[in-house]
Amino acid sequence: MAATLRELRGRIKSVQATKKITRAMELIAASRIIKAQQRAQAAAPYARELTRAVSAVATYSRVDHPLTTEPENSQRAAVLILTSDRGLAGAYSSGVIKEGERLREKLTSEGKDVDTYVAGRKGIAYFAFRQRRVVDSWSGFSDTPTYDAARDIADTLIAAFTAEEGDTAVDEVHVVYTRFRTMLVQEPTTVRLLPLEVVESAERPDTADVLPLYEFEPSDTEVLDALLPRYVQSRIFFSLLQASASELAARQRAMKSATDNAEELIKSYTRVANQARQAGITQEISEIVGGVNALADANAGSE
Amino acid sequence: MPDNLQVELVAADRVVWSGEASLVLARTTDGEVGVLRDHAPVLSVLVESGVEVVTIDNERVYAVVDGGFMSVANNRVSILAEHAELSHEIDLTKARNDLEQAQQAGDDSPDAEAKVRLAEARIRAAEKAS
Repeated sequence: MAATLRELRGRIKSVQATKKITRAMELIAASRIIKAQQRAQAAAPYARELTRAVSAVATYSRVDHPLTTEPENSQRAAVLILTSDRGLAGAYSSGVIKEGERLREKLTSEGKDVDTYVAGRKGIAYFAFRQRRVVDSWSGFSDTPTYDAARDIADTLIAAFTAEEGDTAVDEVHVVYTRFRTMLVQEPTTVRLLPLEVVESAERPDTADVLPLYEFEPSDTEVLDALLPRYVQSRIFFSLLQASASELAARQRAMKSATDNAEELIKSYTRVANQARQAGITQEISEIVGGVNALADANAGSE
Repeated sequence: MPDNLQVELVAADRVVWSGEASLVLARTTDGEVGVLRDHAPVLSVLVESGVEVVTIDNERVYAVVDGGFMSVANNRVSILAEHAELSHEIDLTKARNDLEQAQQAGDDSPDAEAKVRLAEARIRAAEKAS
């Protein structure tokens, strides 16, 4: 048993090392969630004011904008899936990819072609491994998304949506991301981004009065032209922030259970190792006793 | 005091400045506008430029926006831009370099012109602050 005892000690050591790593990752993820939430909070005023402005224009002008017009029969849809750049986050990426596949099946059953757009290395790897076509992909910002990244994505999607014809022209755009509800609950969510449904301000304006009668400078059409793309960008930015908070929360949970499992493993290995050590000692004792007895017997015989 | 303008200067990822003010100057696509209290509700598109806010203590706050919007209603002024900086956050030497680069790369595309305008506005704001 002595060989296995050494083996067991080696195993315990390696599990302890792993535990240290997962514990560190858990703590890092936990501290980053707070930052991610702060970022989401910091971005909230912009989104709020923008939503207010968009609903003001939508309420007081009857302009039809290409981004809000429902296409008559929609044949092609774009799906943007927001995944993570790194793994070790439990089922985070596979959850959101699964949701994306569900959406894809639904759209296909409605007779639409689906173009896939992916953000995050995990999603890119998933589609590359299955040799499925991805129209465009982005990566490198999943845990700290910047507004520029959101703008990049939004511009590509808006271009695809407004294009009349071409390889990438689509009639609707959906986004699949993971919504951060609480530290414990994050759910993959699907939203239709384009055409925009004109939001009759989801949250009531804080002052009870109705929206003031704005003048538009230079004109309502131009204001809308400038506003709506930003609105789309801000929606994507919001999704990215939510996704990053969810990713960190998922990673923290995954690493916590990994740490717990490592502890369990260390405990059971220690027990087996102790048993083996005890067995070794017992064997040694019985060998010594046996040897002494044998000697005593031999001596007794000779005298 | 409800008599003053409630100003919020908001970038996409943070609130850059907020407080009470007596005057807000900004440059829209139609030209420069000054907003005093009881201004009519207006929603306008801004160009890359400096924004000047005179606070109730008569201090001046300079900021730079890269376009965006200004909405004025009920004595509330919100200025929204993707990126906005206060003048003291701008590194003057770096801003000068940026301008040089923008001018050198400058072709006549609207994009390049916007870059030059933004760089100029940043330098102006940084100089005013110092």
